[in-house]
Amino acid sequence: MTAATHLVGYDDAMKAFDPVFGIEVHVELNTKTKMFCGCENTFGNEPNTQVCPVCLGLPGSMPVTNEKAVESAIRLGLALGCSIRESSRFARKNYFYPDLAKDYQISQYDEPTSYEGELEVVLDDGTVVMIGIERAHMEEDAGKNTHVGGTGGIQGASHSLVDYNRGGVPLVEIVTKPIEGMGERTAEVARAYVATIRDIVRALGISDGRMEQGRLRADVNLSLRPKAADGEDQSAVPFGKRSETKNINSLRAVERSIHYEAGRQAALLLAGQPVVQETRHWHEDTSSTTPGRSKEEAEEYRYFPEPDLLPVEPSREWIEELRATLPEHPAKMRARLREEWGFSDLEMRDAVAADALTLIADTVAAGAAPQAARKWWMGELARTANEQDVTLPELPVTPAHIAELQRLVDEGKINDKLARQALEGVLAGEGSPAEVVASRGLEVVSDDSALEAAVDDALASQPEVLDKIREGKVQAAGAIVGAVMKATRGQADAGRVREIILARAGVEG
Amino acid sequence: MSTLSRADVARLAALARIDMSDSDLDRLSGQIAAIVDAVALVSEVAGQDVPATSHPIPMSNVHRADEVRPSLAPADALAAAPEAEDGRFRVPRILGEEA
Repeated sequence: MTAATHLVGYDDAMKAFDPVFGIEVHVELNTKTKMFCGCENTFGNEPNTQVCPVCLGLPGSMPVTNEKAVESAIRLGLALGCSIRESSRFARKNYFYPDLAKDYQISQYDEPTSYEGELEVVLDDGTVVMIGIERAHMEEDAGKNTHVGGTGGIQGASHSLVDYNRGGVPLVEIVTKPIEGMGERTAEVARAYVATIRDIVRALGISDGRMEQGRLRADVNLSLRPKAADGEDQSAVPFGKRSETKNINSLRAVERSIHYEAGRQAALLLAGQPVVQETRHWHEDTSSTTPGRSKEEAEEYRYFPEPDLLPVEPSREWIEELRATLPEHPAKMRARLREEWGFSDLEMRDAVAADALTLIADTVAAGAAPQAARKWWMGELARTANEQDVTLPELPVTPAHIAELQRLVDEGKINDKLARQALEGVLAGEGSPAEVVASRGLEVVSDDSALEAAVDDALASQPEVLDKIREGKVQAAGAIVGAVMKATRGQADAGRVREIILARAGVEG
Repeated sequence: MSTLSRADVARLAALARIDMSDSDLDRLSGQIAAIVDAVALVSEVAGQDVPATSHPIPMSNVHRADEVRPSLAPADALAAAPEAEDGRFRVPRILGEEA
C-alpha cells in the first residue's frame, strides 16, 4: 500500500466534497438459449459443453438474434421508463481478451434499444429518489477464465483456461445518467438503485438477478468535486476525475465500494494529488479496490455496425403489447401488499429480505390468510431453507401446498403439531399435504366415541378433576386434555376434548 | 484531405495487434489514407435526406425462436485449440489485467 491509499473516512469525505456517481448494471437474461445461437443458456455445466461455431466465433458462422431476448430487453426498457427506439442495431466492440472468442463483443453503440428513462427508487426510510436512465442495450456475455498456478489469481499464474459456456449469454446493460446531489446518502442510494433493478428483473421474470452467481453485476463510477461556495450553484462546478469499480457482485459491496473509493479519492485530493481516471477492481476480502487497465487504453474499442445482423425494428403494436405485461413497480407493490396484508414494517422487511414476498402472495392467492402464509414461510420453511443452505424458492414445496396445509388446520383436520409433521412429509417428497396426512395417518381424532373413551380413561385415574371444575377451576381440565393428547399421540382435537370434559362435569363450555 | 496520419495507422495496428515495421508504416500509411479518402467521397454525395445505413439489404427483424439446438461435442469444440486442458482452452498467462 502506498501513501496515496491512506483513507479519509466516508463521512468526512462527504463533508469535504460533493460526490457524483453513475452505475452500469449488467443483467444476464434467463432465456433458454444464448443471444445469437441455439446453445443452452444454463449455469454450472461441464466446461465447453454449451458451445457451437457461432459462440466460439469460428469462421463462416453467422449470428441470429434470439427473439425472446429482444422481448425481455424491451420489457426491461419499458419498466425503466425508457423510450424504445424504432430502429436499433448491433455493433462490434473490438478488444482482445481470452474470454472473448471472436475478439469482439456484439453490443449496441449509438442506437441502443432503450434510452432516456427514469426509475423511482425508495430508500429504507421511505425517501423517494428519481434516477435518470441514460440507456439500456443488448449485448452478449463473455466466457470464463480460470487462472492456473500461483495462488489462483492472475498474478503469478502460469497460464489460464477458458470455458466459453457463458460466452454469448444474453445481457442487458443499464446505464444511469450522472447522479448528483445525494451527498452522504450516495452509497445508500447506489445500493437501493441496484436492489430496485434486481427486484424489477425478478418481477418481470427475465432474470433471477442472483448477484452472488454473477447474473446481475454492477460497475460503479464515482467522482468527487469541490463543494460550491455559499450561494453558488453546485451543479455549475465541473465533475472531478472518476474511477470505475468493476464487477461488484453483492448489494453490500455496492455500498462498501463507494465508501472505499470516496475515502481514497478524498485522501488524494486533500493531499493535493490528482485522481487518475481508471478502472478499478473490487476485492471482497479486503473491502478495497486496486487499479486495473487505464481508461485511455481501454476505450479504443473501434465500434462499428455489426454487418452480420439486421436492425431490430419493433412495431408500436408489439411494444404496447409488451407494455401491458409490465408488473407493478416493486416498491409500490410492497406498499400495497403491506397495507392489504396488515403486516408490520418489520414483518414486511423480513419477508422481502428472505425473498418470500412472491411465495406469500401466491399462498394468499391460493386461499390462505396472509398471517398464516407469512408464519409458514418465515418460520418453519425459513428454518428449513437455512439448514439446507438453499433459498426459499428452491425448497420443494409450493404456495399451493402451504395453502392446502393451512386449510387442513383451519378445518380442524390437523393441529399445528401435525401440520408440521405433514410439512416434513411434503418436503421429503411424499406428496401434497392431504396425501401426507392420509399416508402417515396424521388426521386429528375428532370422532366423539373415541375421544369420549379416552377422556373417561384419563378421568378414571384423576377423578378429582371433575370436582375442581365444578368448583370453578376450569383450568384443571388441562391435565385431562394433556393426558388425552398423550394417549392419542397428539392427534386429538384439543378443543373437542375440552368440551367433552366440561360436559362430564356438567358445566357449560 | 487525408485525415489519417502515420501515427494513426501505427496506433490502429497496435490496437489490432498487427506487428508493423517502420518500412511497413512508411509504405502502408499512404495507401490506407488513400483508401479512406476514397471511401470518404461517399459523404460528398450523401445529403441530409439519405439516412445512415449499416446494411445494404432493406431487411429487419430477422430473429430466431428461443429453442435449444445441439451444441458441439466438447472434443469437437476443442479440436482446433492450439492447447487444451481439463476440457478448456489453454491460453498463455494473461498480463496486465484481472479477470
